[in-house]
Amino acid sequence: MLTLTSPVDAWAHRFRAGAKLAALAVVTTGLFLIKTPLPLTIAVATTVVLYASCGAIFASAGLRLLRPLWPFILIVGLWHLWTGELAAGAAVLLRMIAAVALANFVTMTTRLSDMLDIFQRLARPLQVFGLSPRLIGLAVALVIRFIPVMLERVTLITQSWSARSVRRPRWRVLVPATLAALDDADRVAEALRARGGAG
Amino acid sequence: MERNLTHIALFAALIAVLGLIPKIDLAAGVPITAQSLGIMLCGTVLGAKRGALAVVLFLALVALGLPLLAGGRGGLGVFAGPSVGYLVGFPIAAFVAGWIMERTSLATAVAATAASVIGGIGVLYVFGIIGMSVMLDKTLSEAAFLGMAYLPGDVVKAVIAGLVTQSLARMRPASLLSRA
Repeated sequence: MLTLTSPVDAWAHRFRAGAKLAALAVVTTGLFLIKTPLPLTIAVATTVVLYASCGAIFASAGLRLLRPLWPFILIVGLWHLWTGELAAGAAVLLRMIAAVALANFVTMTTRLSDMLDIFQRLARPLQVFGLSPRLIGLAVALVIRFIPVMLERVTLITQSWSARSVRRPRWRVLVPATLAALDDADRVAEALRARGGAG
Repeated sequence: MERNLTHIALFAALIAVLGLIPKIDLAAGVPITAQSLGIMLCGTVLGAKRGALAVVLFLALVALGLPLLAGGRGGLGVFAGPSVGYLVGFPIAAFVAGWIMERTSLATAVAATAASVIGGIGVLYVFGIIGMSVMLDKTLSEAAFLGMAYLPGDVVKAVIAGLVTQSLARMRPASLLSRA
């Protein structure tokens, strides 16, 4: 399965994941404390420079990741045009774009394995509840492994339905798909226990 | 132990798969994605604790950088966007749905539909609307107005969650961990 990490090798890939996440947390908090449009414009401009410094392919991939924001930009933009509070509207939109784009930048320049390392380190205090970093890693691996397996099975169930009926299966595929997930869970649990357990 | 882990992991995968299958296949003509249906099923099938943990695991994979949210969204950016309230509400919605499921003695279909409506719509919308109100700097009623666009689709999903849960209970009564 593909991650959102950019295959373009940019300078930002070489920074430590922990440092990037810490910087992101500080900058995002800062963005939400600023209420005026001018510093937020500077933040967006800096973000654009950041993306541009990683090359055109990287920047256009980054732009694609921002596409889900356009309905919000449209609605908030129209709303503030109507109420006349243009400065407030500009601040909301600039802050949203900067915050999302910067977070995406960290995701795009950090490998999944590095990010997982950070997560496991942050989750270490949860060990008192029996949630060891090893268990978290195992759970993540199981999900990643089973997504393609389940997708293929949903396709198979839909196809075998179509072979028997002219009507479309719609929500009914969900029953065998969920049942299969429950069965898989039992079998994988047995397999894990047979290999020494998850703990 | 192993069984809890694999159920949580497999249902996290199920939520992801439901976000990836084509929208239109779910119900006649209503363009809805099945992802929030997965959240509801986590609660009604796995119960409160396991259901909520499955959703947390799913969100952790999204945060790690996998594009698993409906529409291929993912990464840290979605947690800085206007829909972050819904993401925060997801595990709590599953928990509430599971909690209700565990505590009622109503018929499975009725209980699961009611649990999905209360958890997957009621609780989820409270978080989603507060999130939009904060991120877009709007009043709660303005944000609530925006959020209502999804209501018809979510009611359909709650009913489907009820039907799927009932079918599972009929085919394999032991599989319904929320009622075990």
